[in-house]
Order: sequence, then structure tokens, then C-alpha cells
Amino acid sequence: MVNSIITKNLNVYYGDQQAIHNISLDFLKNKVTALIGPSGCGKSTFLRCLNRMNDVIDICRVEGNISLNGMDIYSKEIEVEHLREKIGMVFQKPNPFPKSIYDNVAYGPRIHGFTDKKEEMDLIVETSLKKAGLFEEVKDRLDDMGTSLSGGQQQRLCIARAIAIKPEVILMDEPCSALDPIATSIIEELITDLKKSYTIIIVTHSMQQAARVSDKTAFFHLGNLIEEGDTSKIFTKPDHQKTNDYITGRFG
Amino acid sequence: MTNLAKRKKAELRFRFYGIFSVFLSLLFVAILIFNICSSGIGGFYKTIFLTSIHFDQKLLNLEDNASEEQIRNASFRKLIKNSFDESFKDYSKDEIKQIKKLFYRKIDIELKNFLINNPEFLNKTTKVELTASTHIDQIHKGNFDRTVQEKHRKVNNFQLEIYDKFVEDQKVKKVWNSTYFTSGDSRDPEAAGVASSVKGSVFTILICFLLSFPIAIFASIYLQEFAKAGKITDLIEININNLAAVPSIIFGLLGLGILLNFFGLPRSTALVGGIVLSFMTLPTIIVACRSSLRAVPPSIREAALALGATKNQVVFHHVLPLAMPGTLTGTIIGLARAIGETAPLLMIGMVAFIMDIPSNPLEPAVGMPAQIYLWSESSERGFIEKTSSAIILLLMFLIVVNFVSVYFRKKYEKKW
Amino acid sequence: MFYSVLTLFVLSFIGFYLGKRKSIKLSQNIKLASLPSYYGYLAMLYILIPTLIAWFVLLVGENFVLEKYLFLILKEFLISMSGSEVQLFFIKIKNLSEGASFGNESDLELLGAQKIIQFKNLFLLLTYLVIFLVTAIALYLVNKKISPTFKSQRDVEKIVNLFIQLCSYIAILITVGIFLSLVFETINFFGYVNPLDFLFGINWNPNKAFVIDSSDVIDKDILKDAFGIIPLMTGTLLVAFLAMLVSIPLGLMSAIYLAEYAPKRIRDISKPVIEILAGIPTVVYGFFAALVVAPKIADLGEYIGLDVSSESALAAGLTMGVMIIPFVSSLSDDVIGAVPQSLRDGSYALGATKSETIIKVILPSALPGIIGSFLLAISRAIGETMIVVMAASLQANLTINPLEPTTTITTQIVTALTGDTEFDNPKTLVAFALGLTLFFATLLLNYFALRTVKKYREQYD
Repeated sequence: MVNSIITKNLNVYYGDQQAIHNISLDFLKNKVTALIGPSGCGKSTFLRCLNRMNDVIDICRVEGNISLNGMDIYSKEIEVEHLREKIGMVFQKPNPFPKSIYDNVAYGPRIHGFTDKKEEMDLIVETSLKKAGLFEEVKDRLDDMGTSLSGGQQQRLCIARAIAIKPEVILMDEPCSALDPIATSIIEELITDLKKSYTIIIVTHSMQQAARVSDKTAFFHLGNLIEEGDTSKIFTKPDHQKTNDYITGRFG
Repeated sequence: MTNLAKRKKAELRFRFYGIFSVFLSLLFVAILIFNICSSGIGGFYKTIFLTSIHFDQKLLNLEDNASEEQIRNASFRKLIKNSFDESFKDYSKDEIKQIKKLFYRKIDIELKNFLINNPEFLNKTTKVELTASTHIDQIHKGNFDRTVQEKHRKVNNFQLEIYDKFVEDQKVKKVWNSTYFTSGDSRDPEAAGVASSVKGSVFTILICFLLSFPIAIFASIYLQEFAKAGKITDLIEININNLAAVPSIIFGLLGLGILLNFFGLPRSTALVGGIVLSFMTLPTIIVACRSSLRAVPPSIREAALALGATKNQVVFHHVLPLAMPGTLTGTIIGLARAIGETAPLLMIGMVAFIMDIPSNPLEPAVGMPAQIYLWSESSERGFIEKTSSAIILLLMFLIVVNFVSVYFRKKYEKKW
Repeated sequence: MFYSVLTLFVLSFIGFYLGKRKSIKLSQNIKLASLPSYYGYLAMLYILIPTLIAWFVLLVGENFVLEKYLFLILKEFLISMSGSEVQLFFIKIKNLSEGASFGNESDLELLGAQKIIQFKNLFLLLTYLVIFLVTAIALYLVNKKISPTFKSQRDVEKIVNLFIQLCSYIAILITVGIFLSLVFETINFFGYVNPLDFLFGINWNPNKAFVIDSSDVIDKDILKDAFGIIPLMTGTLLVAFLAMLVSIPLGLMSAIYLAEYAPKRIRDISKPVIEILAGIPTVVYGFFAALVVAPKIADLGEYIGLDVSSESALAAGLTMGVMIIPFVSSLSDDVIGAVPQSLRDGSYALGATKSETIIKVILPSALPGIIGSFLLAISRAIGETMIVVMAASLQANLTINPLEPTTTITTQIVTALTGDTEFDNPKTLVAFALGLTLFFATLLLNYFALRTVKKYREQYD
């Protein structure tokens, strides 16, 4: 088992308020890790530290160590744009660009200079859409606006967009919370599919979802990591009372 | 219960005040527009006399198949004198002189142009449309009460008599005044047109747009997306808010003091006018652009950032294009206001008698509103009509512009 | 001039192309740190920025250098002329060099014009030389810089960010420009007239300053009594007051009716129609005031036996009031709309009628905001120019009778600066002192207006 991302003693502050308390958590390559916990427990904040999306927020301060393949991602030599090329992200609400489906997918490869040949770009778009299981549905209307798709399709478009830049890790921040059950199940299948090629870290509200798609689960509460381990173990015999309370629905 | 009845009555009364106010406001709009239109429509027409003219070769001193150049150099004075003398044989010299005054004083040029365009009429007799003098024009259009005492009129009884005879003979006609759209300003209301001022306005607004639009967009991007909260940012914001409220005439003083006196830019030109107006338009566009930038949802920014785009790429590839419709609407509104602005242009000398149509922004020019101001200062009745016509044109243009901006907003308005 | 700018842009595009080509060539072997086009952009900026600056400096400096040059070569002729004669001479030969000949020029003038043409040609050559030289240097520097590890995108973005930052500073620059241009000439003006005489004088008669034309010595005692701003202030305030008399009740009542009573359809139609009043250029109102309103008022006055001047404050004030109606109504509308529904519900629940709710609950709670909008409208009214220029009088009258002719600050600014302007005469310079007064007055009004509105907003946020 190879670790992809390793976090060590991570503390995150918003101004004076501490959002993450000293978390150390490792993520295995080509596995799905689910982060669960009640609202406001810091799981999204934690996720956004992994590709430094928190940089945008002025008052946010990150302490500790996160490394991707042994490289400190907060070190000065790392360029954040370069990092995000390696760690893709899918957001809670589908957020395709108000551009064509093709341009949505091609945008990342374009700014990173993958190719300047039309045929190669076509290929990248096609394979990305195929991997996201969307190609068959949209192949005849690649010039349509990305925003004209249904919610589930939009989210798959966002996944295609994320994998078009060939990341190693994909972060998913409650990717199904805005979708209906059918669209959700399609995305879940997709996640299982994608873990062959990518390390996936998913934040989810739904415990069933975590149980269905993840190999590993970490339970967060009030900015603390309470417990982590194999999904089967967390959901059957957790070590901590709090975890047990949460997964049995006693709070959350 | 009487108390309640009283209160009900007060309620009705209050409501009536409201309706009355709205009604009065709407009435003002109606009066204004009706008044301008009714006094200005006539300006698009002019009165002409259908006159039969024999283009006598000898009188013009021209050969057969005279070239355009030759016609241009020929004098038509003799021809005119001869035609008048012949048509009004029964009248005295003095009377003929008075009859001549029924016509525009430069009919020789009109005849010349006619012959240049139709050289086949040389040595032939044909009917030509000759412009009537402005006084006859006003009488024919009914703008001037001909029953007032003779000494208060510019047209005496004898001239009226002749005019009436012309009318009887169906020689007087009201035709579309195309020179109004093609010629520049003139001392004679008959020949004055809006072409030079329209072009002056076009140049001014073009300069204004070219300066204010990019600068406003860049400034908005900086303030909205990049600037860190601090004293300088606050200072800029305060300044923008203040500039939006500074009276327009002050901007004219700025133009005079800094652009003309200090930098020595050419006076009365569209260049300076455009720069001054761009100072005024800048805050409007910045406010519109910033609110459109603000309206672009953060999710779009996040999506691009997560793909590894730099902040500049996020702004220039995604946020700015999405903010464009709103910015353009604001720009159109700002420019529409700038087009109608007069006071600052007075300060930098963009009120002058300009006959020539300017060919570039560095030539002296007036704008439409300044032309309206100039004409309105003239005491001639004919110019009042021209002023109203120019106002109609200006208002029509503004209405079109406003519709365009509403259309833009409706078409591209996006609810996120 | 046009061609030099064109050359500049063409060169920068060539730079873009060269930079991009070189980086593409490099990228065949190794992945570059940035996209090839960024190397192109960098080359473009390296050329464009210094050439533009150089071009601008040359443009501004040309006139200055030209005059120095003319002085130098025509020294023997110019030495006998006075300052204003030299200025006149320069203007004449400049016009002559641009082809505006009247056929009556002296040999000296022809010589001067010839020299100017020579100089201008030389200067143009110099401009091109500088542009090409700078371009060459820039290309050399960029060429040296381009390497696979060089992060051109970062440099380009830095330059772009600096540029947009500078753009936002223009707002400050304009304010500073306004302030400086006003203050400088005002100080000059105060060289002739005592500031106290200006601020507290009750006589306005700038034509007295004509006297100084005949004798070069300025008699300050005459000027002492010529530039008193008080009559202008009363005139301005009188017109503004009349305007408010029209616009406040009509604007406020319209806003109330449209916000609280009117069915949606009427509101949707009426609002934009009333807004039309704000979109009409002020020169149109001025024309209307002078041509329709003023004579009608004079006729009416005659009918009821009053002597009304055709340039009375009444005509200008009433017309201005109509213009400001939409200003008041849309601002009040915003303010009334911001009053929370809960306050209304509270009042209705007590059995109040709609009008009682409006008068006793909504208006009092919206009062600061409404007052703020009134202040903004007043500042608009005192700064309004065209209506008063066209409809009010030029003659200053210390009166509060709206039927008598009155003049305003803006009217006098326009009068002072149109026609013959001499910047060594208080008659012209006073415009800047008036402008400064106006600037501060509107600034103050706006400051208070925005502060009250802001406070009001915070109350309900």
C-alpha cells in the first residue's frame, strides 16, 4: 500500500478561530477515502487544504505539514497552480463554466499547455468525457452550453473537467448533495470506476454513501479527527462512542 | 364610526395625492415631448419655390458640354437677375428686389449644384426647386402669425401678396430637407444642418468610450478582485463615489485648467471633449462593472482555480466575460449621459460656429447639445425650429440607445 | 502622429510573434515553464511599455523644445518683441506651418514657419529612431531571458497587475487634477481680490475688472466691490429651493404611490417613463425653460397683474424641479423599499390604514434615508448648469423674490469662461474661485447625504 497524500499535525485557523485541531491522516493510492462527520466539523476545510483552495481566503492560516508523493505542498518552491494540476477537485454544487461542453473540458489542458493541436485536444476531451461516463450522452452536442445539461450530467461534466488535466488525486466535496437519487447512483458507480486510476478523497454527508463507495473512512467532529480506518470496521464496530453515536444516527 | 369614516377619507385623499403626483410627472414628460416634437418636426422640411429657369449658355458664359469644373467656376448672378427680370416684367426694380428676398440668398449656389448634377439642362428650360427664405418658410409652415402688424414682421405686405400668388399657382411646396442632415452649421437657418455637430458628437463619444471603457474595466478588476482592503483602496473608493457627484461643469474647469492650459491640448476639439467626458463616465462604468463582477458566483472562480488557473486567468478567462453584459449596460447608460452633456464642453470651447464637418478628433468641433445651445441662443425664428429638430434627433438617439441597453440587460441577464 | 502610434503597435505585435516563435522552438525539446504565448506577451509588453512612455514624453516635450529652439535661432528678431507679441508670433507661424496662410506674411514669419516644419520633420525622425532603438533593446533583453525554466507567465501577470492597479489610481488623479486646477487659478484670483471680499461681498459686477485693461495698474479698490459671491449664492439657493419645491413633493409622493399603492402594471410602466425625465439632456430643459416656461410665466404674471421678469428664477427653478423629480423618486423608492415588512405588518395589525402606516411608521423610519436623498438632489440642483445658463439672468440681484431676474454660480462660471478669456484678469479667474466654492459645497452635501443614507442602511441590515 502506497500513501499518496500524508498530512501531519495539521492546524487550520480562521482568524482567531481554530477550525482543524492537529489532524494527521494519510490517504492510500487508488483508494477512496470518505470524510464523514456532522456539519461544521471541518471536513470540507480539511479537504480544501489538500489543494490549497484555502489560499484564497485571507484570514485562513494553515499550520502543519501536507505532502503529496513526499513533497511538501505548502513549501515555497511549489506553485499552487502546478499543485492543482495534480490534485483535481469536484464541488458540492455542479459548477460548469457557462461555455460549451467541449470548452469546459478543454480549459484545463489548454491553460496547462498540454497540446496546441486540435486533434489531440479532441482526443483529450473525448477520453475525459468517456471516463466520466458522459460521452455517449453529449457526443452530438459538444458545442452546447455546459450549463444546459441536467444536474447529474453537469456534475459528471465537472468530473470530466477535473480528470482532463490528468490529476493523481481527485477531491470531492459532497459531490452528490445537489443531485437526485438516480444521478447520485450514477456518480457513485463512476467513483468506484475512477479509483482504478486516481486516489479519491470524498467528503460526504450521507453515511450510506460513504459505506457504499469508500475503502477507508475518517470521522471528524468539531475539527478533530475522532477515528479513521477501513470503512467496514468504522461502520460495524467503531472504537469510539462518538463515532458509534454518529453512524447510528444519534446526532449529526 | 365617524372617526373611521374620517380616517377612510384621509386615506383616499392621501392616495389621490399619490396618483396626482405620478400623473403630474407623467404629464410633464408628455408636455415636454409633445412641445419639442410639434415645434421641431417642421425643421425636417423646407419650403421651396418651383421656379422655371432657362439655363442660358450666354448668360453663364459656358460652352456646350461644359465640364463640371467650368460650371463650378461660372457665375450665376446674371442668370438669376435675368430670370427675375423676365418673370416679373410688370414690377419695378425695387419690387423685384423685394421678391428676390422671398428666396434664400444663396440660390445661385443651388442653381449651380443643380446644373452640375444635371448638365444636360444647359441651354434648356426646366423647373428647379429653389429654397425659400427662412421667413417665408416660417410663414408657410404656419409658425408665424401673418396677421401681426407689418412693422413687426420680417415679410412686408407686398412680399406676402407675391407669396400668396405663388401659392395660388401651386409653386410653393414643402419638401424633405435633406441638407439639414448633410450640411454643417450656417448663419442662415435655411442652410444650417446638424452634420458637423453629429460628427463632432460621434468623435467625442468615441474618444470618451476608448478612454473610459478599458480604464474603468481595469480599475474595477483591480478594486474588486485584487485590491487588499487598506487606506489606498478606501481612498480610491471615496474618490470614485465623489467623482460621481461632482457637477459636470467642474469637469469642464478641469479640462480647461489642466488639459488646455497646462498640457496645451488643442482647444475646441473632440479630443479634449472626449477626455473630459471620459472623466465623468469613468465612475458610472466602474460602479456598473464592479457590481457585475461581484455578481459572478464564487463557484465559477473556484472551479477555475481548482483546475490550476492563476488568479489572472480566472479573472480574464471567466469572471470578466461573465460580467461583460452588465458592464456594457452601464457603459451605454454612462455614454448616453455623456452625449447629452453640454456644460463641460462650454468650458473647453466646444461651442463655436463650425461650418466644416470635422474629419478627425483634432479639428475644432461642436457636439449635438452644444449645437442646440448655440442655435437656441439665436434670435431667428428659423433657428428655433432647427433647435427643436436637433433635440428630436438627440432624443431619438438616446431612446434607441436606452432600448439597446434594456435589450442587453434582458438578453444576458443571468440569475445565478 | 497617427503613423508613429501605428508603428509602435505593429512593432509590439512583431515582438509577440518573435517571442512566441522562439519559445515554441524551445518547447519541441523540453516542456516550458509557461505557455508559449506568454513569452510572446512578455516580448510585446517589453516593447510596448517603454516605447509608449518614450513616445508620450516626446509628444509632450515637443512643443517645449520647439519654442526653445525658435528662441535660439530667431534670437536677434525676437529680442525686440514683448512677451505677448512673441506669443502671438509663435501662434501665427505655427498656424502658417500647418498651411493656414493668409497671404500677408512677413519674411520673418515665413522663415519661422519654415524652421518649424524643419524642426517637426527632424523630431518625427527622432521619434521613429527612439521607437526602433527601444524596440531593438527590448527584443535583445527578452531574447536573452527566454529559456525553458523562465516563468514568463508570472512576469506578464505582474506587469498586468501593476497596470490595472495604476488604472484604479486614475480616480485619485482626477480628483487631484480637479483640486489643483481649481486651487491654482483661485490663488491667482485672490492675488487680485481679497478672499474675504469674495466670500462676503454683496456686490457682483465683474465687468468692473474691464477697467484694468486700459491702465496696467490694477486698482484693487475697484475690484473690492466687484466680486462678492453672496448674490450668486442667494440666486443659486433660490433656484435650488424652487426646484426642491417642485421635486420633493412630487418625487416623494410618486415614490410612495408607486411603492405602496400602485398595481404592478402601472408601476412597471410609470417608473421608466418618469425615469425618462432624468435621461433628457439638460440643454433640452434649458431650451424648454427659456422658450416655453419663461414666457408662459410672464404671461401668467401679466394676467394676474404681476411684473414677472422673463429671466426670473421661477422659470429656471420650476424646470429644474421637473428634471430632478426622478432623482428624488428613485432614491426615495430605494429607501422606502428598505423598510422591513415587519414594521408595516405591525402597524396594520393595530388596525392602521395604509396612509396612517405610511405617514406614521414608514416615513419616520425611512426619514434619514429620505433626507439623504433630498440632500443629494439639492447638490444636483446647485451644480446644474445648462438650465440656468439658458433661462436665468446674467445680472446679479441680491433678492429672494423668485419673480425678479437672478443669476447663479454656474451661470457666472460659464459667462466668465466663454468668449474672450484672459488668464491675467480676475474677470476670467473668478470662474475657478466659483468652481472651487461649488466643488466644496457639493462635496459637503454629498458627504452628509451618503453618511445619513449609510447610517440608515446599517440600521436595517
